[in-house]
Amino acid sequence: MQNKISNKRKAADLVKNVLMYAATGIILLFLVFLIGYILFRGLPNITLKFLSTKPSLVRDTVGILPNILNTLYIVLMTIIVVLPIGIGSAVYLNEYAKNKKLVKMIELATETLAGIPSIIYGLVGMLIFVQFLSFGTSLLAGVMTLAIMTLPTIMRTVQESLKTVPDSYREGALGLGSGKWHMIRTVVLPSSIDGIVTGCILSIGRIVGESAALLFTAGMANEIISFFNAPMPNNAGSTLTVALYMYAKERGDFDIAFAIAAILLVLTLIINLAAKLTADKLKKGGTGK
Amino acid sequence: MNDAINSAMNNSIKGAASPAAGAGRRAAGGAKLLEKIMNVIFTICGLTALAFVIVITVFLLVSGIPAIGQIGLFKFLLGQEWRPTAAEPLYGILPFISSSVFGTFGAIIIGVPIGLLCAIYISKFAPRGIGAVVRDAVQLLAGIPSVVYGLVGMIIIVPLVREAFNLPDGANLFSAIIVLSIMILPSVISVSETAIKAVPKEYEEGSLALGATKTETVFKIVVPAARSGILASVVLGIGRAIGEAMAVMMVSGNAANMPKLFGSVRFLTTAVASEMSYSSGLQRKALFSIALVLFIFILLINMVLNFIIKRKKD
Repeated sequence: MQNKISNKRKAADLVKNVLMYAATGIILLFLVFLIGYILFRGLPNITLKFLSTKPSLVRDTVGILPNILNTLYIVLMTIIVVLPIGIGSAVYLNEYAKNKKLVKMIELATETLAGIPSIIYGLVGMLIFVQFLSFGTSLLAGVMTLAIMTLPTIMRTVQESLKTVPDSYREGALGLGSGKWHMIRTVVLPSSIDGIVTGCILSIGRIVGESAALLFTAGMANEIISFFNAPMPNNAGSTLTVALYMYAKERGDFDIAFAIAAILLVLTLIINLAAKLTADKLKKGGTGK
Repeated sequence: MNDAINSAMNNSIKGAASPAAGAGRRAAGGAKLLEKIMNVIFTICGLTALAFVIVITVFLLVSGIPAIGQIGLFKFLLGQEWRPTAAEPLYGILPFISSSVFGTFGAIIIGVPIGLLCAIYISKFAPRGIGAVVRDAVQLLAGIPSVVYGLVGMIIIVPLVREAFNLPDGANLFSAIIVLSIMILPSVISVSETAIKAVPKEYEEGSLALGATKTETVFKIVVPAARSGILASVVLGIGRAIGEAMAVMMVSGNAANMPKLFGSVRFLTTAVASEMSYSSGLQRKALFSIALVLFIFILLINMVLNFIIKRKKD
């Protein structure tokens, strides 16, 4: 049978196969090289002192504790702000909304939000939160900006998992005389907890990696901000990504930039792994339908 | 289906309010009130995304239009020189528009074939284990922050381009294209893969039964059948590339020139980012106008994307 295929066809197949292997190989090799190179250049520069101090001009030392703290603050605060709204709007779309046109419009709006580049978020965040609402350049302004940016992610994942909750659960709860909110609170939301967790993890990934939206909202300061001051207006601070940008582009201090890149890379690996684990769980839960 | 459930739910809410006993009525009244409050809260939540889009649009229009009016639409969009601090300032953003367009186009030319070939491989040919590994790798590529791409671009790609083409400086449009083509890979691969997998198995079986090889079948039957999904992945990649700011800023040289492959260039995104911190007056207002232009580009791309997806469904 194989012999009946002309040499020309065989050659064409071979070329296509080679190209496919080459493309996939290039991508894998690139990723391995990227990870290897960043860790190789970054890890040697990470010391305990580097992680636990703030930069000091007097002593001419660099530490990234403020940036680590700012990243944590921003992640925590953004999730606190965006999670209730995101879950609420997913529940609205899936459980409450009756007007199909309105649902379409909301879904279109969500897609639009997901497509807006982060630099535009940064600019609009600056206009709205820093200037118009006079939060000043602050973590708070950054948090509000990122909350808008991550809303589509949370909405989408929660909505997906709400859809996997079987209607029989709802009918059962309602048939037993439960009110709609009571049904959502006790039956629907607990069954979609995996989706909520996945949405959170994906959002955290987006927040940790974000820089353009924070440059003009959260600012570039490297001072340590206490936990209780973090949500207050006018407390500017740079996250790890913004710090990386400043060290690399503005100061040309590449050792420090690579050290931060290595930390970010490890964080990305952890977040990806967590997202994969919860997404797998979500899929398994979904098949029970 | 959903409507039926909704009406059933509403009836049950109404039904909950009619128990007879006095104490029961008070409790039910409270429950009814709570249901109403939650209904309002959820509706407000549902409308936030819509409200945000409107607020963003209004703020961009209000802050972007005045400068365009002052400069003149044609001088602004088609002016070839951006010299905001000169004695006679010029505010032409054609260099930024064309750099963004060329940069994005270049990234698509390089990124899409590689991404598509990879998507074809993992969806149709790869053994299960290898496919999973490649998929994880692509996910990881998607998760790496853009400043990290920018840093690696600055340290590796820029010097490499400088050496390879014997240039005084490697920070140029070409380096930006390389970095962008890597950054669009994840969207291209994952969306194309989904599209290829969605092609009915019967197409493939029919082709194989007619004596075509597996490779011929995939490339001549399956991929063409998945073309609208693949097109959607390309449009998504365009959106990614045109919106990227930080990585481009770090590798493109950032001079406001008309685009040349080996010349220092500034994109729409980086034009906004690079002068925002120190500009004032009309220059600052013009930056908002640039953001407005970028926003309109993105809206157009979204519209195209929606059109493709909608046509696919029909």
